[in-house]
Amino acid sequence: MASDAVLETKGLTMRFGGLTAVKNFSAAIPRGSIVGLIGPNGAGKTTCFNMITGFYKPSEGQVLFNGADITGAPPHRVCRSGIARTFQNIRLFGNETVLENAMIGCHLRQKTGWWQAVLCLPSNRREERAIAERSRELLKVVGLQELAGEKANSLPYGAQRRLEIARALATRPAFLLLDEPAAGMNPNETQELMGFIREIRRSFDLTVLLIEHDMKVVMGICEHIWVLDYGEMIAAGPPEAIQSDPKVIKAYLGEEALAHA
Amino acid sequence: MGAKTNAILNILAAVLLGLFIWWAEENLDGYMIQILNLIAVNIILALSLNLIYGFTGLFSLGHAGFMAIGAYVCSILILAPEQKEMLFILEPAYDWVQSAQAPFFVAVVAGGLAAALFGVLVGIPLLRLGDDYLGMATLGFAEIVRIFAINLPRVTNGALGFKGIPDHANLWWNFGWCLFTLYVIIRLIRSNSGNVFKAIRDDETAAKAMGIDVFRQKLLSFALGAFFAGVGGALLGSLVATIDPKMFTFVLTFNVLMIVVTGGLGSITGSVLAGIAITVLLEWLRFVENPVYFGDWELPGIPGMRMVVFSLALIFMILFRREGFMGKREFSWSWAVGRFFKKAGRHGI
Ligand SMILES: Nc1ncnc2c1ncn2[C@@H]1O[C@H](COP(=O)(O)OP(=O)(O)OP(=O)(O)O)[C@@H](O)[C@H]1O
Ligand SMILES: [Mg+2]
Repeated sequence: MASDAVLETKGLTMRFGGLTAVKNFSAAIPRGSIVGLIGPNGAGKTTCFNMITGFYKPSEGQVLFNGADITGAPPHRVCRSGIARTFQNIRLFGNETVLENAMIGCHLRQKTGWWQAVLCLPSNRREERAIAERSRELLKVVGLQELAGEKANSLPYGAQRRLEIARALATRPAFLLLDEPAAGMNPNETQELMGFIREIRRSFDLTVLLIEHDMKVVMGICEHIWVLDYGEMIAAGPPEAIQSDPKVIKAYLGEEALAHA
Repeated sequence: MGAKTNAILNILAAVLLGLFIWWAEENLDGYMIQILNLIAVNIILALSLNLIYGFTGLFSLGHAGFMAIGAYVCSILILAPEQKEMLFILEPAYDWVQSAQAPFFVAVVAGGLAAALFGVLVGIPLLRLGDDYLGMATLGFAEIVRIFAINLPRVTNGALGFKGIPDHANLWWNFGWCLFTLYVIIRLIRSNSGNVFKAIRDDETAAKAMGIDVFRQKLLSFALGAFFAGVGGALLGSLVATIDPKMFTFVLTFNVLMIVVTGGLGSITGSVLAGIAITVLLEWLRFVENPVYFGDWELPGIPGMRMVVFSLALIFMILFRREGFMGKREFSWSWAVGRFFKKAGRHGI
């Protein structure tokens, strides 16, 4: 499996002062899979995302992307290499329109820059028109084409989450990290989201790692799951095995266990 | 409205401005022309600060420093060698200062480029700082420029500065540069590069996650803003004919900041309108600094009073309409035409 892993982490550890938020996190994510990272609040899931995407520099350990060591690379480089993410507490460019948000995601692959724009060069106009076109298509994928001209912070919650995904797709990732994509969505939206994640995996040829508290989502679409508790990986395996793992049930303090009983 | 119609209307507006300048040169007195010149320069300065602060979200208070660099570089290049020999009485100028010469246009560009170069040099260490620190550090930078201007007499003629700077900066030059600045900044802001600046302003973390090299983009915005600040300073030097280190204190930065905030952070239209309004008001308010007579009774003028009035106005602005007059809105021809026909339509009924 390791040979065809898109992303591999080796002994990732993150310490904040005396607190070890993540300890010795090792995982290999198979190409083309949808995998989940779960665990109770404060378990260290988002911290893992931040280490993978370059927002935190791991205290120890390595991140390998397509075999290349990207440990400690700044976020924009990580994104450039093909890893995109969304944020747990939505971070859109609130004053910009929905379309502009998607266009900003296209910027890192843009060839013409500011001075070509100032000189009004045809190469720049052509490229920016193509970018606008592609952004519109991405908005269509997430069902926001009608709202292209709206300000991003005026969108309802579910739409904001979808826009964040469209914007991440605009960077042309091979690997997509979603931090609680279903948070704040109603059951209907959640159901759609599950189909949608499968759909983009296929059409954009993605590998997806998602953090999610909604067990229906996790068990419904993930092919493999890692469970964190107090920064330590306590279980890993396919959904069926995770569901019946006593350590996992205990980590969730019975809340999930009770819900399932 | 099509791109072609827009372009035609833009050209038409520029031609009208040209006609106005032509008319103004013949018919307006020197004082009025001076105000018009100041309007053009203030718009350039406001646009440059708006790019840095309003569009990219970099709280920079170093504008006076960039203006000083532009003004000194330009002045050195356009002062005649004989003038320089007369001016440098404290200590003789360095040979390269003495012999440096360039036509006005080149001198202004050189002033802008020098300011941009300093923008990069200062930006590399400072743009990694958070917001409040950036404000303080750039404020410090402007003050350092001033201290250097005082203490490099063989380049700047020290505290005496330059007098009799050739008054090349007429209405044509000033408004020409003003239109050029406007053009560059509008093109920039409307492009995807402009979107990137705004993205950094809105959420730096998200911008990084989008693969944007935030530091590099900030440096770009800062250097471009510094360039136009240098251009504005160069024009101002030639316009007022006298420059010295006292001219480039924080008050100068404050004036520009006032225009940008009043007009609306992130609104080009706002900077233009506020540039006009505040320049006119600052002149008009000079009366509060002169003595006022009520019959025999004299109310003495208080120097600096107009700045008090303006500072108060700015405070009220920040308290009650923080987004400025324009917010982030912009003028466009289709909006103007729409307004016009709506009004016309209403009258028709
Ligand atoms: N920048 C930071 N500085 C200090 N402590 C941090 C930092 N980021 C995270 N932590 C701590 O690390 C631990 C793990 O946090 P993390 O956000 O990764 O949890 P999580 O699993 O994503 O939880 P949730 O489900 O609530 O989102 C928490 O105790 C948190 O307080
Ligand atoms: Mg989290």
